[in-house]
Amino acid sequence: MTGTGPTSGPPRRGRPAARRRFPWLLAVPAALGFAFLILPFLGLLARTPWSTLGTRLLMPEVRDALLLSLGTATVTTAIALVLGVPLAWLLARTEFPGRGIVRALVTVPLVIPPVVGGVALLLALGRNGVVGRPLYEWTGYSLPFTTAAVVVAQLFVAMPFLVISVEGALRGADRRYEEAAATLGASRATIFRRVTLPMVGPGVLAGAVLCWSRALGEFGATIMFAGNFPGRTQTMPLAVYLAMQQSPEGAVVLSLVLLVVSLAILIGLRDRWVGTP
Amino acid sequence: MRPDAALSARLVVERAGFRLDAGLEADPGEVVALLGPNGAGKSTALRALAGLVPLSSGHVTVEGTDLTTTPTEHRPIGMVFQDYLLFGHMSALDNVAFGPRCQGVGRARARALAADLLDRFGLSDQARLRPRELSGGQAQRVALARALAARPRLLLLDEPLAALDAHTRVAVRSRLRGDLADFDGATVLVTHDPLDAMVLADRVTVIENGAVVQQGRPADIARRPRTAYVARLVGLNLYRGVASGTRVEVRVADGGPVEVTIAERRYGDVFVAFAPRAVALYRERPGGSPRNAWPARIDGVERFGDQVRVHLDGDLPLSADVTPAALAELGLGVGDRIWAGVKAMEIAAYQA
Amino acid sequence: MPDRSGSPAPGRRAALAAALLLSVVAACAPVEEGADGATSTDASAERTLTVFAAASLTGSFEELAERFEDGHAGTRVEFNFAGSSDLAAQIAAGAPADVFASANTSTMRRAVETGAIAGEPEVFARNVMEIAVPAGNPARIEDLDDLARADVKVALCAEEVPCGTAARTALEEAGVQVDPVTLEQDVKAALTKVRLNEVDAALVYRTDVREAGDAVEGISFPEARSAVNDYPIAVVAESAQADLAEAWVGLVTSDEGRAVLLDAGFQAP
Repeated sequence: MTGTGPTSGPPRRGRPAARRRFPWLLAVPAALGFAFLILPFLGLLARTPWSTLGTRLLMPEVRDALLLSLGTATVTTAIALVLGVPLAWLLARTEFPGRGIVRALVTVPLVIPPVVGGVALLLALGRNGVVGRPLYEWTGYSLPFTTAAVVVAQLFVAMPFLVISVEGALRGADRRYEEAAATLGASRATIFRRVTLPMVGPGVLAGAVLCWSRALGEFGATIMFAGNFPGRTQTMPLAVYLAMQQSPEGAVVLSLVLLVVSLAILIGLRDRWVGTP
Repeated sequence: MRPDAALSARLVVERAGFRLDAGLEADPGEVVALLGPNGAGKSTALRALAGLVPLSSGHVTVEGTDLTTTPTEHRPIGMVFQDYLLFGHMSALDNVAFGPRCQGVGRARARALAADLLDRFGLSDQARLRPRELSGGQAQRVALARALAARPRLLLLDEPLAALDAHTRVAVRSRLRGDLADFDGATVLVTHDPLDAMVLADRVTVIENGAVVQQGRPADIARRPRTAYVARLVGLNLYRGVASGTRVEVRVADGGPVEVTIAERRYGDVFVAFAPRAVALYRERPGGSPRNAWPARIDGVERFGDQVRVHLDGDLPLSADVTPAALAELGLGVGDRIWAGVKAMEIAAYQA
Repeated sequence: MPDRSGSPAPGRRAALAAALLLSVVAACAPVEEGADGATSTDASAERTLTVFAAASLTGSFEELAERFEDGHAGTRVEFNFAGSSDLAAQIAAGAPADVFASANTSTMRRAVETGAIAGEPEVFARNVMEIAVPAGNPARIEDLDDLARADVKVALCAEEVPCGTAARTALEEAGVQVDPVTLEQDVKAALTKVRLNEVDAALVYRTDVREAGDAVEGISFPEARSAVNDYPIAVVAESAQADLAEAWVGLVTSDEGRAVLLDAGFQAP
């Protein structure tokens, strides 16, 4: 053994370079993976008519769709947090019959095509749906084709990301800290709020970001359940899809607008709340 | 059960392959150490006192209040965990203020209380630090301050010194002793280190295999061990036998009974114990003052402080501490046959 | 459930739901069938004609393909059915198409302008608009004017797609001001909402109403004349087998082809 191998025991003095060896074995597939993810995006950039980017941004239809997208995705994420974190807690921390089935069902929206999800939402909450029909008959309120329906469609598709992410974080958290809090007189609610949540904070944040991003890009369930009407239910992905019908260039620009704005927001959030470790 | 006890408990916890059944009592201000080998059930007992483990049967009464079915968060307890479990996302101050806050004290007042407490503990400079920025000793004291800030009536310490390095442990142990002296409720301390028990506790309860095998003041435990585990901990040679006046017939695992002569008269089942340093070694069978002399063979020799500990195999297996000079003078080595002598006056004999 | 009596039998509703789900799933993967077929084809013995056609032509073109294959031994016809503008974009990007059949002249015109088309496109069918209403016509729609009623929920196609343009033209012609609840991305999406009774009416093509079967009823209206949609067909410039492609165009524009198209609800040009 000459000490040149990667498994040559404890680090030796006078050979600090060995510690900084670049991990080629991981770097190559990692670079391939990254290239694969970024290549289509480069294709998009190559086809972008940059000169019209600014004017597109200022078009009222684009602005409306962008604001609607940002607004609904944010409301969706807020609701997903309120409903999803407790759900994740129940899945991670309690024993009840059929928990495995419940967990599997939570992931169903991840598996089915969003368009099918949209149809399912119509069949459940539509004017003629299982829940929607009595609601419509008693109150005259019909959910589809409203901005609320956009949020419902996004919630259906995006909340599982949050639940799974938070559940994983909860399973990984050291429960003895919660016991310590209990010995200090903390109620279960206080423990959850002041100990558990901060402990799983990064997981919740990651889940919220995933949820928000997924909601922002939601197309299939939205167009099926909420329809497409500018200013009311036409989010950016819908606008992009329709623009594609007339001019691919227009669609490219709209996609880029969505991409740039969401990236800016995510990076901004990261700097503010995650910071450097 | 004494009515004036600060703590009175009988803890029965049954699990697959394990049963804990231990009684515990403590007077106000008293520190009780739970001493025992790993897996004996000491930590389970502590967790049962805290309500973190449900009792299969038994009871927990603190200052006359039955807490047996009280959930953890409503028990008037403070607990220091082995690795402290300080909340990493809060400053030391907020960790200490956590208990008062949970009891409904306003934020400002809770922080003032915490600041006072940290000040008394000499930790004012660390109040704003996060737990990961504290040294091991500081973290231990913040954990103690946090437990005390909730004004508990029962203080539970789970191996409070185990996470510290040997050097820090000495200093932290002596400060802990001072802090515990100021606390007027009952304290239960779990440890596997006899020194912790001797220094910190007013009373020691030894647990082995889920059962209490010995209780008493540290000095009594140290002088009169009742199990091989305790004897080993306190460093005594311990045997069990039947006394008839000053003669005790000691039963040894293999071989016939060995006769041990003691100074005071005892009758019936007794323990006999003597310190290794009370043993003298001889080339020839000694005559004169030592009333006990047993043939033995040297099984091993090890350095023990400024003494040499000689392990002897023979009718009566025992340890002897001699000076290196004495060992050299006798010219002894492993395998040599010698005589071990102990004066009757040096042997404690007590009822089994 | 207090009001079971008023709703359709639960069994029928479940069947409808299942059929809808299936049709949506199927619509998500339209091209795979053709790709599979291509790999199993023995290239030396068989020739394959690839036709890119507007989705509304699916039924009639598949029927015509059987006749075409019968008449041209050793020839297979493969389809890529999708929205006209998607197809045009694919052809412009170099997709291996022999024939392009569009559901509107504007998309075909753009294809011609990019040089993707050889020769002059020929209009082979026309499609007219109808008002599609759920079975039983619960909102009692009789003509275009009813779509303006405040209590009627209307789905139109978005103006970016041909059926949206046509609907707008027809409504303008009739002078009717409609406030739709949604502007759907295609005819099928609009029809789905009619089938599910989430909207009371939608403006779609007659062929689509015909294809939807019993779940949807069609109501024709006179203003539809102004919004007739012409279907042009042409051979793709890059086609390696223009002869076969010409033969296909010939079949589609023949009397035989016309009969099949009329059957599906199209009108003759």
